[in-house]
Amino acid sequence: MITHFLLKGLDRRVVVALLLILAVAVLVPVLNLVVPEGSPFHVPTYLVTLFGKYATYAALALALDLVWGFCGILSLGHGAFFALGGYAMGMYLMRQIGTRGVYGDPILPDFMVFLNWKSLPWYWHGFDHFAFAALMVVLVPGLLALVFGGLAFRSRVTGVYLSIITQAMTYALLLAFFRNDMGFGGNNGLTDFKDIVGFNVQADGTRAALFALSCLTVAAGLLFSAAIVHSKLGKVLVAIRDAESRTRFIGYRVATYKTFVFVVSAMLAGVAGALYVPQVGIINPGEFSPANSIEAVIWVAVGGRGTLIGPIVGALAVNWGKTWFTGVLPELWLFALGLLFVLVTLFLPKGIVGTISDLFARRRAAPPVDPTAQPQPAE
Amino acid sequence: MAHELASQSLLYLDDVKVSFDGFKALKGLSLVIEPGEMRAIIGPNGAGKTTMMDCITGKTRPDEGEVLFEGGSIDLTGLDEAAIAELGIGRKFQKPTVFESHTVEDNVYLALKADRGPFATLFHRLSGAEAARIDEILETVHLAERRAELAKNLSHGQKQWLEIGMLLAQEPKLLLVDEPVAGMTDAETMQTAALLRRIHASGKSVVVVEHDMAFVRELGVKVTVLHEGGVLSEGTIDHVASDPKVIEVYLGR
Ligand SMILES: Nc1ncnc2c1ncn2[C@@H]1O[C@H](COP(=O)(O)OP(=O)(O)O)[C@@H](O)[C@H]1O
Ligand SMILES: [Mg+2]
Repeated sequence: MITHFLLKGLDRRVVVALLLILAVAVLVPVLNLVVPEGSPFHVPTYLVTLFGKYATYAALALALDLVWGFCGILSLGHGAFFALGGYAMGMYLMRQIGTRGVYGDPILPDFMVFLNWKSLPWYWHGFDHFAFAALMVVLVPGLLALVFGGLAFRSRVTGVYLSIITQAMTYALLLAFFRNDMGFGGNNGLTDFKDIVGFNVQADGTRAALFALSCLTVAAGLLFSAAIVHSKLGKVLVAIRDAESRTRFIGYRVATYKTFVFVVSAMLAGVAGALYVPQVGIINPGEFSPANSIEAVIWVAVGGRGTLIGPIVGALAVNWGKTWFTGVLPELWLFALGLLFVLVTLFLPKGIVGTISDLFARRRAAPPVDPTAQPQPAE
Repeated sequence: MAHELASQSLLYLDDVKVSFDGFKALKGLSLVIEPGEMRAIIGPNGAGKTTMMDCITGKTRPDEGEVLFEGGSIDLTGLDEAAIAELGIGRKFQKPTVFESHTVEDNVYLALKADRGPFATLFHRLSGAEAARIDEILETVHLAERRAELAKNLSHGQKQWLEIGMLLAQEPKLLLVDEPVAGMTDAETMQTAALLRRIHASGKSVVVVEHDMAFVRELGVKVTVLHEGGVLSEGTIDHVASDPKVIEVYLGR
């Protein structure tokens, strides 16, 4: 059942994208670790980490496309799920520091010692085990999506109202995580990580492995999303996007479907966030900033919503542009991003991938005139 | 007395009242549809025909009155749209609404009677029986040649038919059809009348709301005339057409 489900998603485009991602997942680490530093083919570690970060953004964009592109839910709070996954991983990494912290406390992270806390808060228990933390990486975002989405969709909050409350959700979390007494390191967040499952987070090998894992997450996310989209459930999601009340009148519980896809998407975003944190070495409340969630929406729009591959392309393209741009004209980046969004909305409403596949479809359809094509009857 | 009527009915509306911000759209509407019956409902714009369908299908909750299904055994007013659809009440909207970015056949596929739960649909595989049923429905609504096209490319009349096809796919006990021939050519109108008669002959109960008198005549069934949220007249088309009250408010204008 599961294999049939997964195989159904494999159209040619998805297969090509999967092979490409897997090739990159192997090639970049090899070029970094095996090829000697003097060689022109050597990929320096800082680039491995940079690309690894992009890959986690690509996974976030993919997650967002699943809800926005296919079910019409424009979430402006997906950064929250990414950040929660990141915090879960950050808590695990903090617990791995042990006595190597500035205060040398074997249990308490430095910021808790600094705040004069005597013992670990209950919600930090278990995070010293990787398996537990890994579970929380998907469970916490999934649970928030279940409760928040469940309530919103049941009350039939849609359109711009839904976008606004998702934005409010991430903003509320931003404010909460800023507070020192929340027990997540306040303003400074969680940082100074030492190792992950026994490997030094700074080591080249660890970084290459994290990069490869991030690529595999994108690949797995793509495979699963494609399977979902090609299933009957995926068709129901598109039906909801196109004509929500019609879907309801043929007997589908729209709120249940929306909640389902919202939860799946939040879990993928959580995994992306969890891989992001060890690579950038820090997680702080800034990751909940509403602007982050909006940027993710722009990646999807630029790449092409509802195309699965598009968001991956969009996340890579926009973030590569951001890295380049912030190097040259850092003050102007936000304006450039805004302008990009306006231009894409006006001239490439289907995004890069959507526009390209339209061009191909037209070229394939145009030359041999289809003899079975019927003229359109007058309205 | 009232409940004796209900127990023999498929659909039973008694004294249904609905108001929107003080405006009374339905003022005590009563209507009984028998199992296997086809009924035409006519009435001027704003008479409350669509609102009546909204009350039956769970879109609008009546302020007062009863809406009962299947011999009075099920109270529809407490149920949501999906639950009512599952009970076997299908609806075609006044404005044709199909899933525009799905193919014609996928529109029918989604409507096919099947488990509506998300896990069932996630792992669903189209069976041979389902494929055959889709073929049959597409033939019935004259859309077999256009099955692979996106629904948005259909003409207005074809969208109406596709929607009727989707209704059939649900295998409902009762079909509510709101203005099925609006925007159709005369030939299409007559084809639609024949189609509805065939659906009725296959044992389904049908309630058709329509303005088009030629179409209603073509159906040849009992007619209910609505006016200002209540029933004005009921009977054969010739009976209601000669009813002075009807002539005054509707036909004579
Ligand atoms: N949701 C609504 N809010 C306010 N008024 C409504 C609503 N739905 C219907 N009405 C009003 O109720 C009356 C009956 O409408 P409707 O049932 O659509 O009539 P019909 O289908 O017979 O043309 C109209 O005057 C309409 O304006
Ligand atoms: Mg109407």
